[in-house]
Amino acid sequence: MAKGKSRPTAEVNSGSMADIAFLLLIFFLVTTTIANDKGVLMQLPPPPDPTQPPPDITKNQKNIFKIQANSLDKLLVEEEPLTEVTELRGMIKDFILNFGKPSAEGRALYNSLPASLRSHVNSRGRRQDSSDEPKEAIVSFKADRGTSYELYVQVLDEIHAAYNEVYGARIGLSAEEFLLLDKRDPEQKAMYKAAREGIPKAVSIAEPNKIGG
Amino acid sequence: MSKFKKSSGTSQEIPTAALPDIIFMLLFFFMVTTVLRDKTIMVKQELPKSTQLSKLERKSLVSYIYIGKPNKVDQFGSEPKIQVNDVFVEPKDIIRFVNQEKDKLSEVERDQITMSLKVDVEAKMGIVSDVQEELREANARKVLYSSLRRLD
Repeated sequence: MAKGKSRPTAEVNSGSMADIAFLLLIFFLVTTTIANDKGVLMQLPPPPDPTQPPPDITKNQKNIFKIQANSLDKLLVEEEPLTEVTELRGMIKDFILNFGKPSAEGRALYNSLPASLRSHVNSRGRRQDSSDEPKEAIVSFKADRGTSYELYVQVLDEIHAAYNEVYGARIGLSAEEFLLLDKRDPEQKAMYKAAREGIPKAVSIAEPNKIGG
Repeated sequence: MSKFKKSSGTSQEIPTAALPDIIFMLLFFFMVTTVLRDKTIMVKQELPKSTQLSKLERKSLVSYIYIGKPNKVDQFGSEPKIQVNDVFVEPKDIIRFVNQEKDKLSEVERDQITMSLKVDVEAKMGIVSDVQEELREANARKVLYSSLRRLD
């Protein structure tokens, strides 16, 4: 308050208004949670039909990338033990983009890839013991009942990361930018479709073992 | 700081009249961006961290299943349990829960229902896969493994 003035001020004292607002603010801060609706999306397979026998596996073994996890959280990838989960991303990427024995369709797909991915295929791929072409490639992940959920999500995350990197590279984006594409926007939806064209995200989640191992 | 002499009549106070407005702005920001917790979560919830996160587009289609160690260990034991709506359930009750949730949606949206699995990192895959089997049976096959962003 100004001291020198003789006439009393006609204002209402609003100094404590800030305190009241602070109190409300702290109340809301404490009682609310920021909505967290993000995560790794997965589509589960349809339930098995009891009247039908389980389908025969006609896929060539080399077209299946096998990841297994046991109850001690140890990974077995393509029959080899693996300690670093983060290495999976590169391995799966190499597996999808192998083009070991592509069909006519596969060769057309290869020709449509950008130069960066084609050089990836030529330097890392073309192996006869890995997948024939992206369309045939399947990533299979089998966990044990005793596997921790943390490892399960990590492996799924790596699989998605590998695919998203491939998709992103096709349209000149990073994996993160690819995920941020807004499917409600027709232009971005077209990009999304172009990226996924011909390379299906085939992830098979096998039912876990009943016995810990 | 005796160099600075008090200037004669002017007030030295910082005007604080705008402070409440600033605080109110903050308050409204928090009120708008947060949602009130509508159920009490009775299990431990430490979500896993991952990098490839997708965001859900329609919140009305999402139902939540919580899995984790109960907070009241002496009452419910230390084994991870499944919580839906405010109660603990067994895996076989999941189908009924899914059907209840589907009834809340309109006919055309029923098969687009998304189940958000909020699972604690310490839970084992056994209980999670039991839930998944039931979700397959109940034809709610779109699943979101709720997780936080990992920074690396």
